[in-house]
Amino acid sequence: MATNVERELPDSDAADLLALVREICDSELIGQAAEYERTGTFPRDVFHTLGRSGLLTLAHPEEYGGGGLPQAVYLQVIEELSAAWLTVGMGTSVHSLGTHALAKYGDAAQKEKWLRDSLSGERLNAYCLSEAHAGSDAKALITRATRDDDGWVLAGSKAWITHGGVADNYTVIARTSSEGDGAISAFWVPASLPGVGANPPEHKMGLKGSHTATVNFDNVRLPADALLGELGQGMKIALDALNYGRLAIAACAVGVAQAALEVATAYSRERMAFGQRIGDFQGVHFMLADMATRIAAARQLYLVGARRLDAGKNVVAEAAMAKLFATDMAMDVTTDAVQVLGGAGYTEDFPVERYMREVKVLQILEGTNQIQRSVIGRALVGR
Amino acid sequence: MKIVVCVKQVPDSWSERQLRADHRLDRDAAERVINDLDTYAVEAALQIVEQHGGETLALSMGPASAEEAVRKALQMGVDAGAVVTDDALAGSDAVATARVLAAAIASLGADLVVMGVESTDAKMSVVPAMVAEVLGWPMLTQAQALSIDGATATIERQTATGHDVVQADLPAVVSVVEKFNEPRYPSFKGITAAKKKTVDVLTLAGLGVDPTTVGTAGSPTSVAAAQPAPTRGAGVIVDEDPAAISALVDFLAERRLV
Repeated sequence: MATNVERELPDSDAADLLALVREICDSELIGQAAEYERTGTFPRDVFHTLGRSGLLTLAHPEEYGGGGLPQAVYLQVIEELSAAWLTVGMGTSVHSLGTHALAKYGDAAQKEKWLRDSLSGERLNAYCLSEAHAGSDAKALITRATRDDDGWVLAGSKAWITHGGVADNYTVIARTSSEGDGAISAFWVPASLPGVGANPPEHKMGLKGSHTATVNFDNVRLPADALLGELGQGMKIALDALNYGRLAIAACAVGVAQAALEVATAYSRERMAFGQRIGDFQGVHFMLADMATRIAAARQLYLVGARRLDAGKNVVAEAAMAKLFATDMAMDVTTDAVQVLGGAGYTEDFPVERYMREVKVLQILEGTNQIQRSVIGRALVGR
Repeated sequence: MKIVVCVKQVPDSWSERQLRADHRLDRDAAERVINDLDTYAVEAALQIVEQHGGETLALSMGPASAEEAVRKALQMGVDAGAVVTDDALAGSDAVATARVLAAAIASLGADLVVMGVESTDAKMSVVPAMVAEVLGWPMLTQAQALSIDGATATIERQTATGHDVVQADLPAVVSVVEKFNEPRYPSFKGITAAKKKTVDVLTLAGLGVDPTTVGTAGSPTSVAAAQPAPTRGAGVIVDEDPAAISALVDFLAERRLV
């Protein structure tokens, strides 16, 4: 069943939207998540279903087919989807991340050409920043876009790409000159172009339904208008996208933690030991109380960031705080959920062991939690 | 092409349903939702209009809350709605319901009427045919596929003995089964758009229906008694010997499962 969270929503349209999301979670996501995750199958059909209902593009501009919703509503949808199935919740946010540069920095002609199609619900986008030797140190990237007569030639490989090999379009951050602040730019790269390819998906600890792969750009010829934003604006675009992405990852973490809490709570009401429900023991009581409290705090933290974004304010520190707090919380809460279920929690008969494996990666992706602390520290004391 | 889709508001079939002392369903005891099979009819109508153009209208009969079922159809993409609601309708059986729906369809005008094959509450499966009878239109039952060519409707139907292809001239009434399609979810835009669509309230007086021909008094059938379904009995255990195979095959064949 979808979560029982009482949501903070601005109007009846948003309430109806969340009701639709919960209906789709109940009917299309929750029942099949475990099997897809066990077999490592990417649920492309589920993304088509979400796309047709407008759920893949909620926060994007209405004039190009998006939902035009504030982040404060969109992120709660991401939380609900993630509670039902993290591969889908996170995948929806990654699609958004992969559309961000085009939607926010593209010019009118580029948006007319690509954004409407991207927001049709039939397409899935991905975001390519990390490389094998440029993860946390993103500026060390060596994928290069070189000018030629009538456009660009893109060469290099991008690592750890969510939707790598299944995406229709990639936003690629690449080097356009050797050094200096203006050395990096952003490009729009349809997956159908000759020379775009992907390695087989990585074999991961969890979140196996979501395919993560190295994407290779083998001298891919791009048209001149593939450049998004100004030449040399790539790092700014990449970091701006991460502000949105980090808040979404916080929402993902809250969703999985909420799902884990609901499983643990239901189990503690049923499971009898020493003549009473285990939920009546103070030891379990306190664990559940701490889980619920930290989930509520993390939810409010991402909503603070969302409201600041909606008001046009800077969220660099707030997004990092939300991502850091929510994903560390989710790791602890899912671990505790396994503990509440005891041996049963360690088996595949219950979803909590899967949740525990899945949320681990949220402490790593879109900036490790150590990087988040650096971001917050720099915001406090300056560079 | 104008298509009317009939939708009914029913108690959620996944919830515990209860009968009142007068053997009528306690509609307040469970959450009220659109009859699941009617969403297949909505999907059929939307697909026909997507292919051929035209307009769709969702029609319901029931208490004022029946508008919620119509709104669901509007969220899925139906253009407009109408609800026949009148105190005199309470207790209407299938015959009385068909009279009212047919009067509403005649008043609204339609080239095609699409209905779910049955409601999950009454499960009579007779209203679509009765509506066609009252209207004097041809009836194509239990469609799992529907196509329109000019003024002709063609359906495909799976039966116990074969596969029927049946045609009728429009206007016609078609009832659809679950195999027809997979009903779409509303879209976010569909939800917001549905709030701006109009749902007309129709009354018996407006439709020119004599109130004595509907409701409990105007219904030729009534439920004389009702009992909860008996609990399931023990199954049959077949011994493990060669005769078991034919016994199992006979068992399945009797029930038309093989």
